[in-house]
Amino acid sequence: MPSLKSLRIRINSVKSTQKITSAMKMVAAAKLRRSQSQAEAARPYAKRMGQMMSAIAAGAASNPNAPELLVGTGKDKVHLLVAVTADRGLAGAFNSNIGRAVRLKARELQAQGKMVKILAVGRKGHDYFRREMNDLIVGHKNFVGKKTIEFTDAEAIADNIVTMFREGQFDICTLVFNRFMSVMTQTVTESPLIPAATPTANDNAPAADYEVEPDDGTLLDRLLPRNLAVQIYSALLENSAGFYASQMTAMDNATRNAGEMIKKLSLNYNRARQANITSELIEIISGAEAV
Amino acid sequence: MPITLEIISPEKLLLSKPVDMVVIPGTEGDLGILPGHSKLITGLRGGLVDLYENGKITERFFVSGGFAEVTEEHCSILADTITRQSELDSGVAAETLAKAQADYDATDMMDSNAYREASDKLISAQAMVDSVSVKRADH
Repeated sequence: MPSLKSLRIRINSVKSTQKITSAMKMVAAAKLRRSQSQAEAARPYAKRMGQMMSAIAAGAASNPNAPELLVGTGKDKVHLLVAVTADRGLAGAFNSNIGRAVRLKARELQAQGKMVKILAVGRKGHDYFRREMNDLIVGHKNFVGKKTIEFTDAEAIADNIVTMFREGQFDICTLVFNRFMSVMTQTVTESPLIPAATPTANDNAPAADYEVEPDDGTLLDRLLPRNLAVQIYSALLENSAGFYASQMTAMDNATRNAGEMIKKLSLNYNRARQANITSELIEIISGAEAV
Repeated sequence: MPITLEIISPEKLLLSKPVDMVVIPGTEGDLGILPGHSKLITGLRGGLVDLYENGKITERFFVSGGFAEVTEEHCSILADTITRQSELDSGVAAETLAKAQADYDATDMMDSNAYREASDKLISAQAMVDSVSVKRADH
């Protein structure tokens, strides 16, 4: 039976933990709202860009001189996995889900005799891969200390990827990130970056009647890297919204668990106190009877 | 009948409103877009986007580059970066130009992709410097 004093200390420490987790939950909720509205605001651009891409790409994909960013190098020897994670932890399984998905995919590709390279975006992911498969990392990037994600951040990553692609460092590039479904669920999603998702001929019927200036090829050369940046940008935004949602849920659970713990400990504490009082009473009564 | 103009930057939808005409800086030259324009997708070079209402320029924006999609009823501008002309700063513009010039000089002329990017940036920066001194929109 622990002493009354040690129980009291224990209760106080759990109480202060609970205060911290509930404060973190509030902060995450506020930040979630901000990053959700940021993600919302970025949607029109991505949507238009997607429409424009499919309008032009449908015609160009069958062209033998189509840019490699669109149709790929024709090989699939070297894969680049771009893993997007958060810079901070305390968010449940948010970061480790990405880590696990990338690890499984990497192992699977390696089993097929392909080469795998990893570009880690976000500090937590980088830490994880450094432990698990350091030799595969070809680059990393994080946004520690940045308040909001800007488009230029995504552009820098896209530039980096395009340069590596032009140098022939990989053939296929896949983006792995947490898609924000709702506050409760974030799903690990893989989306192909290079070759760009090629639209099939039949889902783009009205595309043909656009005039294109200066011409398909030149415009595609400019559009493709831009589209890459847009996709990365939206993945970064989804990642940040998902992270705060996941952190909020994790902290909510922690607060609730702390509450239960406090309840249990207080029960024990009161029982012990009661037992003490009872035994003291018995002593007094039996002392009085003896007189 | 007015045409609906949408100006969208990667971060947000900046403006969406009906105008009589809009002049956009296409890669092959300026384009005046009136309602009923044929369907068009074009690249944009750095330059000014002018909004016309009742025969007057009511707003002017500087775009550093991007794309535009035009149909009969609407014109969407997907800008790389966009600033109101009145908010352009000559100091920043001069700095951008100096940097673009330095990058351009350092670019390998044989690498067509890098060359194209550097020259696009240089043209855009030059346009930014020029745009600062152009007459402001009448209000």
